[in-house]
Amino acid sequence: MADHAQTAQGAGETRRDFLYLMSASAAAFGTAAVVWPFIDMMNPSSDVLALSSIEVDISGVQVGQAITVKWRGKPVFIRHRTPEEIASAQKADPEVDAKGHVIANPAGLRDPQTDASRVKKPEWLILVGVCTHLGCVPLGQKSSDPRGEFGGWYCPCHGSQYDTSGRIRKGPAPLDLEVPAYAFEKDTVVKIG
Amino acid sequence: MAAVFKNPVIRWIDHRLPVFSYLQHEANDYPTPKNLSYWWNFGSIAGFMLMVMIATGIFLAMQYTPHVDHAFNSVERIMRDVNYGWLLRYIHMNGASMFFIAVYIHIFRGIYYGSFKPPRELLWIIGVVILLLMMATAFMGYVLPWGQMSFWGATVITNLFSAFPWVGPKIVTLLWGGFAVDNPTLNRFFSLHYLLPFVILGAVVMHVIALHRFGSNNPTGIDMKGQQDSIPFHPYYTVKDLYGLGVFMLFYAFWVFYAPVALGDPDNFVPANPLQTPPEIVPEWYFLPFYAILRSIPNKLVGVIAMFSSILVLFVLPWLDRSPVRSGAFRPAFKRFFWMLVFDCAILMFCGKYPPTNYWMPFDLTVMSPDDIIAGTKLVVDDLGSITFANGHFGIQIIFLGQLAAIYYFAFFIVILPLLSIFERTLPLPLSISKAVLPQGGGGLQQPAAAKAMEKA
Repeated sequence: MADHAQTAQGAGETRRDFLYLMSASAAAFGTAAVVWPFIDMMNPSSDVLALSSIEVDISGVQVGQAITVKWRGKPVFIRHRTPEEIASAQKADPEVDAKGHVIANPAGLRDPQTDASRVKKPEWLILVGVCTHLGCVPLGQKSSDPRGEFGGWYCPCHGSQYDTSGRIRKGPAPLDLEVPAYAFEKDTVVKIG
Repeated sequence: MAAVFKNPVIRWIDHRLPVFSYLQHEANDYPTPKNLSYWWNFGSIAGFMLMVMIATGIFLAMQYTPHVDHAFNSVERIMRDVNYGWLLRYIHMNGASMFFIAVYIHIFRGIYYGSFKPPRELLWIIGVVILLLMMATAFMGYVLPWGQMSFWGATVITNLFSAFPWVGPKIVTLLWGGFAVDNPTLNRFFSLHYLLPFVILGAVVMHVIALHRFGSNNPTGIDMKGQQDSIPFHPYYTVKDLYGLGVFMLFYAFWVFYAPVALGDPDNFVPANPLQTPPEIVPEWYFLPFYAILRSIPNKLVGVIAMFSSILVLFVLPWLDRSPVRSGAFRPAFKRFFWMLVFDCAILMFCGKYPPTNYWMPFDLTVMSPDDIIAGTKLVVDDLGSITFANGHFGIQIIFLGQLAAIYYFAFFIVILPLLSIFERTLPLPLSISKAVLPQGGGGLQQPAAAKAMEKA
């Protein structure tokens, strides 16, 4: 009799534990389902996402010049590089194997990438003009701007210096300037995004 | 134990809703140590500033337009066309600075007199939560006028979160509601800037409830031991608080009426331009020490962690400083390190103001940029970041000075306080508050030894 009561009680506790577990997970799942729309509402909306590509006419940009266009609310740098700038960028290239893995990095790049992997046509360097440190716009688009030791861009906020391939060479920024998705529609028109 | 009121209407209400009993108990009779100094004024001053900010903010919001095309102009309209708009805006703008002054003094007072020590740990922790909420509110409020510094301050601060691996960039996009600081960002900042002060108000209520549990700390740091050590809050401290508030208001009014934009940045008179970063991005003065800590570390993630840690370390302060003596008045070694911390925060503030690559010239009392130095006076630059000039004067690079100051800041909390708790020889404590503050030792038994110790302190 005593044994029977104990077993029944034990079984009851197991069943109750199971019910607690199930109702708690249902409540947790329900809460997450309610919270998610609030969080996702803060993410970019469809109209913001829709403004995701622009076409730029680059026929007027002479060798050595650069223009800045606005894409997704950010500046995009389009620089028509001189042969010297291309050469100095290639000089700092890391050595890579066939798969693109870095095997040697003589220039000590922080975020090693070859110049060739960052351009579609060597004379046109197209970059998102946002410092990878804290998001300032680096200087160097005008020839009168400070361009840092490596002839590319210099960020006035915390002193990051980029080379003529937009790679980080000095200062606090962790990564190279981002290369956006782009394609040459014609020789003189580039589509960004 | 409802109080008895003469007025029958009050009696009728109080019987059903005991608000008057509550006020009588918590604000009127509330026993308070009789030796509180003027350093104890800043809590009520901070509370008053919160009320000023909410009151002016509600009316400013009636005239403000949270849209990237209209925000800047709507603020200029408040300044020029709206009746008394200039006054309310200047009260609000400078009010943020006054709020931080009051709160920083309040925090330093808490550290000096050990107000965070048992049993007041939660009181202290709620206070740190209030500080964090204030910082978030101030930052988002600064974005609303949509000037250059608003925009770029928002960009730099939101980008701090991108330092965290994996989730960082997703968090930043979520904060922005887009791919850069833009209209969705401005809208949500306005919404949160309106909300957070009321969250702060709730936290302040909890802060006061926790305070009234054990009552105020006091300059001796010893507990009240009976009626002879306390006086009722009203009228003794209501009048002392009001007097201090009056003096503080004179100071506040000076800024509002005579130097309303002195604490701001001239770049914020230029409308926001997402394609051009101003030459220097400098936060408001009350964020400068934290900005200096961020900039003194060359690694982005470590810098961000250090900056957040500089505030988060306050949460665990009750477990870092375990000295059983609360008041710094009886801790000769602690006292020195404490004032060095105050000085250290001033240095950090100074470092946050100037570009990290510049040089501070201690004998010339100037800060020089590397360009000035290249112009011809450079003699020796060594690895430690100091520089000696032809005229024999030397300079210290701001980033190096900031690193030293940041090291002291963390060392104070993480190394010095735990060691002091073990090794410091404290002075003898007075037997009671009364004995410490009354010339004859508060009547009753004379305790010459304790009284002598107090004189030294």
